Amino acid sequence: MTKPESEWTWKELPVGNVVLEPGNASQYRTGDWKSLKPVLDREKCIHCGLCYIFCPDMAYSLNEEGFFISDLYYCKGCGICSKECPTGAITMVEEEQ
Amino acid sequence: MGKRVGMEVSIAAAEAVKQANVDVISAYPITPQTHIVEHLAELVANGELDAEFVPVESEHSALSVCVGSEAAGARSFTCTSSQGLALMSEITYIASGLRLPIVMMLANRALSAPLSIWNDHSDVMSIRDCGWIQIFTENGQEVYDHVFYAYRLAEDRDVLFPVVVNLDGFILSHVIEPIELLDQEIIDRFLPPYQPLYRLHPDRPVTMGAFALPSIFAETKKANEVALRGSLSKIIETWKALGDLTGRYYKPIETYRAEDAETLLVTMGCFGETASVAVDSLREEGRSVGLMKIRLWRPFPFDAFREVACRAKRLVVIDRAISVGGPGGPVASEVKAAVYGRETRPDVYNFVAGISGRDVAPSDFIKMVDKAEIEIEEGNKEGYEIYGVRE
Repeated sequence: MTKPESEWTWKELPVGNVVLEPGNASQYRTGDWKSLKPVLDREKCIHCGLCYIFCPDMAYSLNEEGFFISDLYYCKGCGICSKECPTGAITMVEEEQ
Repeated sequence: MGKRVGMEVSIAAAEAVKQANVDVISAYPITPQTHIVEHLAELVANGELDAEFVPVESEHSALSVCVGSEAAGARSFTCTSSQGLALMSEITYIASGLRLPIVMMLANRALSAPLSIWNDHSDVMSIRDCGWIQIFTENGQEVYDHVFYAYRLAEDRDVLFPVVVNLDGFILSHVIEPIELLDQEIIDRFLPPYQPLYRLHPDRPVTMGAFALPSIFAETKKANEVALRGSLSKIIETWKALGDLTGRYYKPIETYRAEDAETLLVTMGCFGETASVAVDSLREEGRSVGLMKIRLWRPFPFDAFREVACRAKRLVVIDRAISVGGPGGPVASEVKAAVYGRETRPDVYNFVAGISGRDVAPSDFIKMVDKAEIEIEEGNKEGYEIYGVRE
């Protein structure tokens, strides 16, 4: 979207509120829903990618060093990655800390 | 001009749907709408109509199919009554919110309980606020004409709203009337092929029915409401275009001997024809009585209504549905809102009559006028009663 939803006037909306721009859900910041964030202990990580597979928001991606890292813009802090990690490499910590 | 034939109104409605060249018909059988879709199923099965007929497992699915097919750019039709409409009511809001020009015929029937298959307007009143254009018809010719009319109107780029055409169940749907069927070339001239503004197509992906946060929901609703109200001029213009082809001109508010009438009956649907007989009798007696017939229920034609209504001293509004616990029947509520605050405004006396198909004869309309005039004279200016109930 060219500007945030909260700035659109009723006159600017397309007929039937059709969304004409594909994939614009990627602009939706779900990351501000969380209170806990995942922190990876790289020593314990075995690069299995289960966090990447189980993440319901597809927030994980593989970085250049071969680690799966959660994008905090999208991560809702659900903790599924931490629960599924076979080596206990992911810990959920208070976001403020 | 086409030929004039004697035909059951439901069959004429189905023939009109065929002539409108629809692409998809999706419906579930329910009395008294059945003959319309049964005949359409035959037309499709016999190869006389090249359309997909989708026999679904419920009315919720019937309208859902139409939402999908219309979103894909196909001219779509459905038809229901009573409980069927109640079951599809969830989807009615979606069709108008997405601005999909679906056309539905509604053979009006009472809602249960008690179970009834007979006519009244309680079904359509349950979706009064769903954002569809809502039209009432009085006779078979009007039903036939309003099928093509509804498609041309709904698909107009300045409109893009679903349209429901109401016909009174049994009283209108099952009677045989003389109906002038139009030549296909006239209909083709009036109703061009559907050109959707947006449609679901892989070449140009769009999202329909996306989630709206509180930060934008009110804006979407305002846009929708302004558009529905704004469609009034197209509604009138399209009736003019239809009239120029057929010689039959329709208006949002029809009147009968209403000029200078002190008392006006107000009706909706096929009550109008019977009431006009009562008006003739009363006029013969020298009584100053006329008739207003509401053809367009949504968007309500406030200006056209006031122009006639506010010249009269009293309105006798005949509702065919009850608004339980409300100020009277739903039509009377609307009428009172329309005339409220005017410098000169009529008193409004309200009867609910003919629910669940009970006959209302011309003599009953005369009795209602008599009763209303006496009650208003005696100071009961906001009267409301269910007519003809055994005490």
